[in-house]
Amino acid sequence: MTIPTGRGVVWLDTPPFPEAARRALADDQLRANLRQATTTIRDKRLRVTGELSDWEQLRAAGAAIKADVGRHLDRYLVQLEESVTRAGGIVHWARDADEATGIAGDLIEAAGAREVVKVKSMVTQEIDLNTALAARGIAAYETDLAELIVQLGDDRPSHILVPAIHRNRTEIRDIFTANMARNGRPAPDGLTDEPAALAEAARLHLREKFLTAGVAISGANFAIADTGTIVVVESEGNGRMCLTLPDSLITIMGIEKVLPTFADLEVFLQLLPRSSTGERMNPYTSLWTGVTPGDGPQNFHLILLDNGRTATLADPVGRQALACIRCSACLNVCPVYERTGGHAYGSVYPGPIGAVLTPQLVGVEHAATLPFASTLCGACYDACPVKINIPEVLTHLRAKVVEHKRLPTFEAGAMAAAAALFSAPRLLGLAEWLAARGGRLVARGGRIRSLPFARAWTGSRDLPAPALPSFRSWWRRQQ
Amino acid sequence: MSAREEILGRVRQALRSWPSADGRVPRDYLRRHADTDLVGLFAERVADYRATVSRVPADAIPAAVAAALTTRGLAEVVAAPGLPAAWLPPVTGVTWLADEPPLTVAALDACDGAVTTAALGIALTGTIVLDAGVGQGRRVLTLVPDVHICVLMADQIVADVPDAVAALDPARPLTFISGPSATSDIELNRIEGVHGPRTLHVIIGEGASA
Repeated sequence: MTIPTGRGVVWLDTPPFPEAARRALADDQLRANLRQATTTIRDKRLRVTGELSDWEQLRAAGAAIKADVGRHLDRYLVQLEESVTRAGGIVHWARDADEATGIAGDLIEAAGAREVVKVKSMVTQEIDLNTALAARGIAAYETDLAELIVQLGDDRPSHILVPAIHRNRTEIRDIFTANMARNGRPAPDGLTDEPAALAEAARLHLREKFLTAGVAISGANFAIADTGTIVVVESEGNGRMCLTLPDSLITIMGIEKVLPTFADLEVFLQLLPRSSTGERMNPYTSLWTGVTPGDGPQNFHLILLDNGRTATLADPVGRQALACIRCSACLNVCPVYERTGGHAYGSVYPGPIGAVLTPQLVGVEHAATLPFASTLCGACYDACPVKINIPEVLTHLRAKVVEHKRLPTFEAGAMAAAAALFSAPRLLGLAEWLAARGGRLVARGGRIRSLPFARAWTGSRDLPAPALPSFRSWWRRQQ
Repeated sequence: MSAREEILGRVRQALRSWPSADGRVPRDYLRRHADTDLVGLFAERVADYRATVSRVPADAIPAAVAAALTTRGLAEVVAAPGLPAAWLPPVTGVTWLADEPPLTVAALDACDGAVTTAALGIALTGTIVLDAGVGQGRRVLTLVPDVHICVLMADQIVADVPDAVAALDPARPLTFISGPSATSDIELNRIEGVHGPRTLHVIIGEGASA
């Protein structure tokens, strides 16, 4: 039996990456916003990771803990369920997006609420929870500043950590002025585009929502199997508001977010803030275990979501992507992301990690251009706090894409021929001899500018004419 | 089949292709990155987040609390349950609110600040950790009022994150606080003050408490 990929993963792919990237590249404002933002965050991250002389040992520990989680995921999930239940929480399991949004909707209705406040959460974006709730007449309000900007702008997130990274201050001011009134308190008169004034406008707009909400929805950065503790890492205090004030709390998490022990946090609370916002520690981290009488929500529900994660777990190369802690360091160092922005990836998971995660969650045949949205430069691998070898997964997924194409393409033929040549030294020698002579025939001034059967590739690249003699025959003579 | 059984079944099926490993985690990272002058380091790192830091002799804590209130002109201030009475001096113009019985959210929203202790401080990261213990109260007390004044004794400061994780009790609600509420969502510029307290003032008491 094949393990099903996710159903209901938000996967827009409209248009596919190459076309979307071309459009994004033509947007000078977008490129300026992205260049400014990614440069700032890259410098901050390097400064604070450089402060820890054992950064590489921490990365190795983080990777090993995550590998252990994957290898024993069934055991840790059952243990987490027991721990949360013992502490007074209620655990639900959801195979896919429909099941998760259905459970959440039922719980909200049972609590008698028509409005919910939300902590920023990638997984609720993945399953498009807000749209599913709206269809049931439940309004979901995003409370993270960037998510608020995205929601009020009828926009889509373009970065894991800073979903409105594609917007500059003036655009944000215009969105607040035009649209805050539709969801509650309008923007102050004469709102300027000073960042502090914009943050103040968000504070005023959301204050009443926090103070009156009966139900909150969050994701989880970590969930501890041995204690049942859930961890949410944030900056603004909107998370604390949602996790503390309402009477009911619903947390939705992907099954891969579990960690074995509370002590493992000593690794991840060092890795995540420094990789993510480039701070020694983020302003607020909330940890709670079930229900505490007299303090915070008195009803706690945890929804464990599969939605393509078990299918990813079945791939020996691809499953390392499940170690991701959503820090977004790989986005900030990626030369492709810096130029195209997040929307071009057509997924709530953009950038290098999105290019390996989205195709696995939705099925590689549905996201065939994404594994190619990379130069394979490896900067993402170096930046990853849990050492996900993103280039390795990308090349693995590229091979799967090629396998999935029904008609034999030039590329598939070339890859098959290359595989045969590299495994047979005599054939390789012959091929080199032919290529050197053939290559010098089509070269002009020592450069090959165009090949008739590979125009898409050579159209934007020149390659040097092959050398005579080949390296291998030169080497033989030297010996 | 229930969703639970089906998901666990899929996990087990997926894991058939994964040879069992010893699962050993290399723990050769440092237990702490700092050893000396933890109080100085803590004070410097808290201040880095643009929080206010005062280092005072333990017997000067009441005066430091009073000064923190009067310089900001705070009128209604919550004293977390269990705070030493000596730390809450009568200050002209300040009304102390107790959270017993629990204050309503509206009352908290209308007050000006809160004074609490903390479970511990982390020197390397400039973090205070609250665990709802004595002198700290409910999580909401340090969230809704706009000013949080936190009194910490120097011997409560641990060196680094692993020390803190080892010392904390996961059964209690825990809040790690590193500076005032902040956001970097607008052009990745850090701005202090969004939804949580916009002012954090940490008073470090040094030497034996009176």
